[in-house]
Amino acid sequence: MKVVVSIKRVVDHNIRVRPKADGSDVDTANLKMSINPFDEHAVEEAVRLKEAGVVSEVVAVTIGHAQHQDVLRHALAMGADRAILIDGDADLSSRATAKVLLAIAQREQPDLFLLGKQAIDADAAETGQMLAALWNVGQGTFASRIVINGGKALVTREVDGGQETVELALPAVVTADLRLNEPRYLKLPNLMQAKKKPLETLSLAELGVDTSSHLQLVKVEEPPARAPGIKVASVQELVEKLRHDARISL
Amino acid sequence: MSTLVIAEHDEQRVRASTRSAITAAAVSGDAIDVLVAGENISAVAEQIARLKGVRRVRVADDAAYARPLAENLAPLITGIAGEYQAIVSAATSFGKNLLPRVAALLDTDMVSEVTAIIDSTTFVRPIYAGHLNATVRNTAPLKIFTVRATAFEPAIEDEATAVIEPLAAGETSSLARWVSSEIQKSERPELSTARVVISGGRSLGSAEKFQQLLAPLANRLNAAIGATRAAVDAGIAPNEYQVGQTGTVVAPDLYIAVGVSGATQHIAGIKDSRVIVAINHDPDAQIFQWADYGLVADLFESVTELEKSLTH
Ligand SMILES: Cc1cc2nc3c(=O)[nH]c(=O)nc-3n(C[C@H](O)[C@H](O)[C@H](O)COP(=O)(O)OP(=O)(O)OC[C@H]3O[C@@H](n4cnc5c(N)ncnc54)[C@H](O)[C@@H]3O)c2cc1C
Ligand SMILES: Nc1ncnc2c1ncn2[C@@H]1O[C@H](COP(=O)(O)O)[C@@H](O)[C@H]1O
Repeated sequence: MKVVVSIKRVVDHNIRVRPKADGSDVDTANLKMSINPFDEHAVEEAVRLKEAGVVSEVVAVTIGHAQHQDVLRHALAMGADRAILIDGDADLSSRATAKVLLAIAQREQPDLFLLGKQAIDADAAETGQMLAALWNVGQGTFASRIVINGGKALVTREVDGGQETVELALPAVVTADLRLNEPRYLKLPNLMQAKKKPLETLSLAELGVDTSSHLQLVKVEEPPARAPGIKVASVQELVEKLRHDARISL
Repeated sequence: MSTLVIAEHDEQRVRASTRSAITAAAVSGDAIDVLVAGENISAVAEQIARLKGVRRVRVADDAAYARPLAENLAPLITGIAGEYQAIVSAATSFGKNLLPRVAALLDTDMVSEVTAIIDSTTFVRPIYAGHLNATVRNTAPLKIFTVRATAFEPAIEDEATAVIEPLAAGETSSLARWVSSEIQKSERPELSTARVVISGGRSLGSAEKFQQLLAPLANRLNAAIGATRAAVDAGIAPNEYQVGQTGTVVAPDLYIAVGVSGATQHIAGIKDSRVIVAINHDPDAQIFQWADYGLVADLFESVTELEKSLTH
């Protein structure tokens, strides 16, 4: 059984981003970049399935430019067998991204396609569901547990108010939530080994995908700041302020 | 032309977030149809018919929709999409699972978690955990979007009653099968729409202490209880309590953060609350930058004192 995991390179989750001076976009120049946290969980799950003997090959894929290879190396160091860099804009619309990933699904014919539930830059949480639709397969979104058994995937999903479990025919698309697993720490030997693993580059033209979009970014701005607050000295003062200044009926 | 709102329900009641989606749909001024799919859902359909702004309720009452599988619901929606110029749902786990599948089947881009609608083609949505707002123009002939429920008031009932019409079930698929659900039923208000929310962090120590400390105050204030991801991961609070970028987004009148450090990802889910209170013993905790009222104190003593002072 084969798994493809798609990963995106995003601004590290600890970094605070700002708009560009002209408000045309997010200013990401010279910021620390990392593998999207959800995608790290997706890679971890794929590697664990391989270690458990359920999966024989794990392929990591990203859409991005040459410098985006670092996240593929990260996935290889975690235990992926090979990687594909699709040379193109990392910030395609979700629909365009899903179309590119569909081309990869058709080329690689995996039994399972794993993605993160959302990329923490645009927080869209759309791509996996779109890929599943285009590929005409089932979708296990926001997954906290995956069990492969008898040619099916049993996926537990984090939904509002609790959890739901669905059974998907394979191939299927599953998007990883943070609770799916605890990603491993990388050690130096892993990173060295990763350098020897195959990394192939494909162009969008080779895949022949139309990446046009209906969406245009008009502007990016910081939301209005909250008025500064105060410190209160005691619980009494807190209750007083809530009742009289904030007009909350307690 | 008109707008289609996809309703979410628990077979008894339509969710409050769907009522917010109806309000958002009304911004364009076009007629609003609401699709409700499920099994034995006439009570839900009648509730929706009484909501302000709804012209027609289309009811797909069929065993195929007893569970809200996107694999079955998406073809039902694409079958009638041609009648609409917009398709909307709330950005709940239901809407976020379903609408991207619908959009891709219709080869259309979509806009998720909309917090403001400027005009029929221009939408505002938070990015980077809410640190920035992006204004996006959608030139697709069919606008598909999900809305953040906290940004739109729930539609209320009015005198007029919408027509209720049956909708024939669409094709069903064997790609996915529902197996089980564990949905926690609680007497407390729903987290996403509660007027008061009290959240605890990992410093509460254990599931017992978490409940012992927060439940009496929550009962007193008719509040929902939330938690940080660290508290959930430590097994101190259940998953569905998580508030933040990857949990529930809340915007209550009053948010009380107890022993919460105020990480970016947590703030993402609370910063539109009207009043934020923070109790933390570290005067430099980030949460104080967001709190209207900050109390630097030990949480175990303060929460009990707060509960007592409200009771007497
Ligand atoms: C991709 C990603 C997504 C995430 N999504 C979310 C999310 O949706 N929601 C979320 O909450 N987090 C999320 N996180 C995690 C987040 O970064 C923080 O780790 C988490 O919010 C911290 O939880 P905490 O405040 O309970 O714990 P800590 O950061 O450990 O803070 C504990 C606080 O309690 C205080 N304290 C301790 N003892 C006492 C006492 N006796 N009295 C008073 N105060 C006390 C301390 O001073 C401290 O400020 C996410 C992280 C990532 C990487
Ligand atoms: N440029 C990209 N390259 C590879 N995978 C991507 C890319 N963009 C998004 N994805 C995948 O799609 C998931 C969801 O992203 P999104 O729908 O943008 O929130 C991510 O977690 C990735 O797994």
